[in-house]
Amino acid sequence: MKFLCVGCDAVMGFAERELPGDGTMTAVFTCPACGREVAMLTNPMETQLVASLGVKVGGRTVEEQPFELIRGSVAGGGDVFEDVPTGRGDVPEDAPLRVTWAADATERLNRVPAFVRGMVKRIYNDYAKERGIGTITTEVMDRARSELGLEGM
Amino acid sequence: MKRQIRTYAQATEPAGTELVAQIGAQADRLLARLAKIRSTIVVASGKGGVGKSFVAAQLARALTDRGLFVGALDADVNGPSLARMLGVSPARLHLDERGVYPAHTRAGCALMSTELLLESADSPLRWREPDVGGFVWQSALETGMLREFLSDVHWGDLDALVIDLPPGTDKIARILPLLPRITAMIIVTTPSNVANAAVARSLRQVREAGVSNVGIVCNMDGYVCAHCGAVSPLFADTPGDEDRREIAYRDDIAAKSENAPERGIAAVPATVSTWASIPFDPRAAAATDAGCSLPAGSPVVAAIDQLVTRLQSVLNPVLE
Repeated sequence: MKFLCVGCDAVMGFAERELPGDGTMTAVFTCPACGREVAMLTNPMETQLVASLGVKVGGRTVEEQPFELIRGSVAGGGDVFEDVPTGRGDVPEDAPLRVTWAADATERLNRVPAFVRGMVKRIYNDYAKERGIGTITTEVMDRARSELGLEGM
Repeated sequence: MKRQIRTYAQATEPAGTELVAQIGAQADRLLARLAKIRSTIVVASGKGGVGKSFVAAQLARALTDRGLFVGALDADVNGPSLARMLGVSPARLHLDERGVYPAHTRAGCALMSTELLLESADSPLRWREPDVGGFVWQSALETGMLREFLSDVHWGDLDALVIDLPPGTDKIARILPLLPRITAMIIVTTPSNVANAAVARSLRQVREAGVSNVGIVCNMDGYVCAHCGAVSPLFADTPGDEDRREIAYRDDIAAKSENAPERGIAAVPATVSTWASIPFDPRAAAATDAGCSLPAGSPVVAAIDQLVTRLQSVLNPVLE
């Protein structure tokens, strides 16, 4: 979308955006040559169409946030999220722990025969979750094998 | 005298709206997330009610049970069912600078679904926006949801992401631009001529998009007797054996297979084969509805194993 100042043959530049709160949008553009201003007025349907793309006319002042569109658009959708500022230590106690696997641990797991790999992986995952360990490393695997008597896995 | 006004293409100076830059940033974020996912398996169909979600759920379970790091994405934003089928109850979702953390099945399969966003199990997906011209923008919003499901979920390093699409060829078209690399696409059908006609349209669309690894899963291919375990036909107009179904698709597929390599991958083969045939087993259906594993001894287990085996070549070396 561009506005061309016909008299100057110049592309008008975005100047400001206003959202009056009634679902419409006002965007002002200025001619860089003569300074003439024009306001683009969009109806609620047009405004919503642009918003549905996850973009803001004139750019952003803050970076796009995770699930920004979903949190802003789905009725009730914003209520199911809890922000976690930094690190596992800030996750609420009842939050399910997401166990990740370090590369070397993954490599070792992949050496386990396929038909039992799922079961072995579950055992290590459960071991880590029960102890609040967020990342499974080869050291964690060694410890689990020792503590759980899983020599050979 | 006609005025000479430059066209959009001729007016190359930036207008400062930053719209293209924002779309580009979204694409970059999506690619960065997908770069950590080694394979993407899309389960689709042109027909509703053929059991896509059932196949997607059981495939995700089977791959997870084989030790792979698996994610399951329910792309049916208006009719989600994958969470229930995988036995995941909605709980509060957590997010930080890395993204939104998916839910997990007991076996460790990561999951994202609209079901996790809704207020209750019987709540339909509703938008905050007043429905002014919803027919214009709802499709864009639903596509935006899919984009965020893909790019904003902290999937981690996955061996495979299984995506369950809603029915309809338009839904296939909607997901394709979001996925620059599709490892395999599974088109689910049933042994009914009506379903096959709809599925043929999906196959043509997939073929024209240049997806190379495409296979058919024929669901409800027979009925498993709860008493004796015998399998008998469920549909009266069943085309017949596996070969006959393959031939039915072959004529359609062969027509324009030369348009394939636009997506940077190998040409679509002239035939699309059946990767698995799954009989309808009431016990397996009940178990899936309850979010439980398939009952031992069900012929569905063997059929899903067959599907995993067929995927082995495209998932290698992830899957032994």
